[in-house]
Amino acid sequence: MSSSDRFERLREQTSAEHTDSTAPTLLAVVALTISLVVLSPLVWLFLRAGEIAVPRAIELLTSQTTVEVTLNTLALVVGVTAASIVVGVPLAILTAQTDLPFRRFWTITSALPLVVPSYIGAFAFVSAFGPRGALADLLAPLGVEQLPTVYGLHGAVLVLTLFTYPYVFLTTRAALLSFDGTVVEAARSLNHTRWEAFKRVTLPQIAPGIAAGALLVALYTLSDFGTPAIMQYDVFTRMIYNEFGARRLDYASVLSMLLLVMALGILAVESRLNAGRDGAYVSRGSRQPGQIRLGRWKVPALTFCAGIASLCLVLPVAILLRWLVRSGTGYVGGGFAFELSYAWNSVGLAAAAAAISVLAALPVAYLAARSDTGLASLPERATYVGYAVPGVVLGLALVYLGLAYVPFLYQSVVLLVFAYVVRFLPQAVGTTESSILQVDPSYIEAARSLGYDPISAFRQVVLPLVAPGLAAGAALVFLTTMKELPATLMLRPTGFETFVTYIWLVQGAGYYGQAAVPALILVGVSGLSMLVILRREGSS
Amino acid sequence: MSNQTRSRRLSAFESVDAAVSDPDRTVLRLDGVSKDYGQELAVENLDLEVKEGELLTLLGPSGCGKTTTLRMIAGLERPTAGAVSLEDDVIAGEGIFRKPEERDVGIVFQDYALFPHLSVAENIAFGLTDMDAEATASRVDELLELVDLRDHHDKMPAQLSGGQQQRVALARSLAPEPDVLLLDEPFSNLDVRLRVEMREEVRKILKRAGVTAISVTHDQEEALSISDRVAIMNDGAIAQVGDPGEVFENPESRFVASFLGQASFLSARVVDETIETGLGSFGTHRLNGPVEAYDGAMVDVLVRPDDLQAVPTSEPKADGYVVHRQYNGPSFVYRVELHSGDIVHCMHNHVETFEPGEPVEVDLAADHELAWYPTE
Repeated sequence: MSSSDRFERLREQTSAEHTDSTAPTLLAVVALTISLVVLSPLVWLFLRAGEIAVPRAIELLTSQTTVEVTLNTLALVVGVTAASIVVGVPLAILTAQTDLPFRRFWTITSALPLVVPSYIGAFAFVSAFGPRGALADLLAPLGVEQLPTVYGLHGAVLVLTLFTYPYVFLTTRAALLSFDGTVVEAARSLNHTRWEAFKRVTLPQIAPGIAAGALLVALYTLSDFGTPAIMQYDVFTRMIYNEFGARRLDYASVLSMLLLVMALGILAVESRLNAGRDGAYVSRGSRQPGQIRLGRWKVPALTFCAGIASLCLVLPVAILLRWLVRSGTGYVGGGFAFELSYAWNSVGLAAAAAAISVLAALPVAYLAARSDTGLASLPERATYVGYAVPGVVLGLALVYLGLAYVPFLYQSVVLLVFAYVVRFLPQAVGTTESSILQVDPSYIEAARSLGYDPISAFRQVVLPLVAPGLAAGAALVFLTTMKELPATLMLRPTGFETFVTYIWLVQGAGYYGQAAVPALILVGVSGLSMLVILRREGSS
Repeated sequence: MSNQTRSRRLSAFESVDAAVSDPDRTVLRLDGVSKDYGQELAVENLDLEVKEGELLTLLGPSGCGKTTTLRMIAGLERPTAGAVSLEDDVIAGEGIFRKPEERDVGIVFQDYALFPHLSVAENIAFGLTDMDAEATASRVDELLELVDLRDHHDKMPAQLSGGQQQRVALARSLAPEPDVLLLDEPFSNLDVRLRVEMREEVRKILKRAGVTAISVTHDQEEALSISDRVAIMNDGAIAQVGDPGEVFENPESRFVASFLGQASFLSARVVDETIETGLGSFGTHRLNGPVEAYDGAMVDVLVRPDDLQAVPTSEPKADGYVVHRQYNGPSFVYRVELHSGDIVHCMHNHVETFEPGEPVEVDLAADHELAWYPTE
């Protein structure tokens, strides 16, 4: 770039705020306030952990339980991540670059397991393969009395892999689709076989895509509470929840800090990967590489796809339907009848969380989208704390923050809604920001040159254009709030039940049949949220 | 639409809108305006006056400060020094800063910035906030007639071609009858063929509306062809301002000379009444302005491709060799390296061809006085 372009670039960088300094300052103050409120639970957690005397802290950190839990957690994260790559990458290659029959169908079935909340998957697997489960029932007449246990590390790895590998599948597939096929042809013209070309050209280029998906899997696994709890495998999240239940505050907060450090570690790797991945996802050529002919591998490939789809989709739904049919309507076990008010509670909480999230997201996203300085994107980054902090940790922080500073809010839905907003604000900020970025900044300038002040220019021009993005953000927050488990369990008022707490209650008590209807509804809700995301991606 | 109906509609518009009342009255004045971004000085001590009804173009290379100047007039940037006054009111400077919405300044943006969620008519009506519905509707119709888009009243911007979008943008900014209309690189988003067509069209519309307009461009052909006056900008300052022919024929500086047209410089020594060049000797009367003060010194004479004519010849009589041939369709431009070391360009029509390496004699065919600059 010639030096003469500098002024023009400079102008672009500064023009957004240069005209009128009062409105952006106000916006910055509002955005900053929102980000501080969102960060407050985390601050409390740090303060709380800091109160623990050093010898006690060392004792807790080096205790045998801590070491065991750390190793367990690492084993689970590594196992699930590795297994997800093993499942997700071949599926991505099969559906993106081969002549696999019914590729579109397998693409959908490979992505779909993401709509099953993993704790419902775990619950389905336990009721299929656990003691007194479907398989046990089936095999009992044949004289099989003892099945190998489904609980523990292998069960948790199996279930989490089956319901999180789509992250790897989707990012790998995106990398494969966006990458320029002509470079493969170039490699072939330089006398490489297809396999050599894959190894030396394709793989290095899709590796960042695979890694991005793997890190999402790792972060999800690390912070997931429901699955390890159902699989009775002691990891940080389960331990924190148990310590919370036993009111052992200091140990819970030490474990929370450890878990948080691990989550931040994963995020740090992810952001470095993002920074170094400039353009890896950007399509530079429209040519797709030629399809790989599967030949005699066609049948094994189809079997693989069908096997994964049956385990992830057919089995859980079949189990839930079986319970639905078996339990009938008249059977109500131990006073666990489902009441319609639970559904209303879920919907009400989700609607409140969605509305507040969108309101909070708008100033934060607008500030971040309309300026390039690092300072202006600070509030936006702060809101991503919800993405990093596992629900259990957030729940714990809010329980004690509530008790310490706002006792009148403890055990009230206000605190619960606040927890949802903190957790899911990144979703609303993300969709809002991307829709604001699509609005040409000169629209505002045009409106102002036609006599509108900044506020009415925003209302008349920007707001109508970003409304679909805001709606999508609200829908996303609404739907994810519906299925949130750990914070709901920890923060709800006593006796206040939702879909999620009801499922948790009946599965804990072994009344699987009662969970069928709410579980199926939650799977449907998740499916809807995935539709929202896909439609957003399709339109932009 | 036939030409006849078009002109009838346009004349109907003229009767509605007042024509330019006083072409000598200054509408916009910039006094010593500067703008810096921290260390970088984008515009430095710029003076400019724009008369009622005229179309003035700021022309310059990218980064010369022309867009920043435009944005300061619009109120989208705040000058760091100097004053901008519109209709004798200071709108920026002297402690005053009127916001964009408080100035009667219209803008046509480079990418038009049509509101995508509003129809053509709604876009045009956007700035007509203090009119009632009936007055608004009739003003919108008037403008649709002016820009010849009568049938596109209810279309959405995305359904229009680039040229049509530009006309809507023009209509929208003209609707509130601004004191000054600003056009930021107005033709840069159009393809080459449409660009030439729209230049004429836009000039016609602006003249019919009688609006005072300032446009910004880096395209010299565009600036020279549409403007009443051009202001050549370089490094944040105006290098020369004047009517297009005047500026093109008599560039006041080497920068302006080399920026306009495909300029070459012929180094010459002034000896009494003659100048000695690589093409031979000529009388000083062929130069523009008195050159006596430079007797005995070297000067650079501006020669453009159409000023020179190459003639095939044999080696002893040659002034130089053809080193490059550039084919432009209707014409060839030959680059000739003279024995004196100067490089000049000669334009020929497409039937006269020379081969690179051919020795040629170069004649000075210009029938106008040549601009010159003391050798630096």
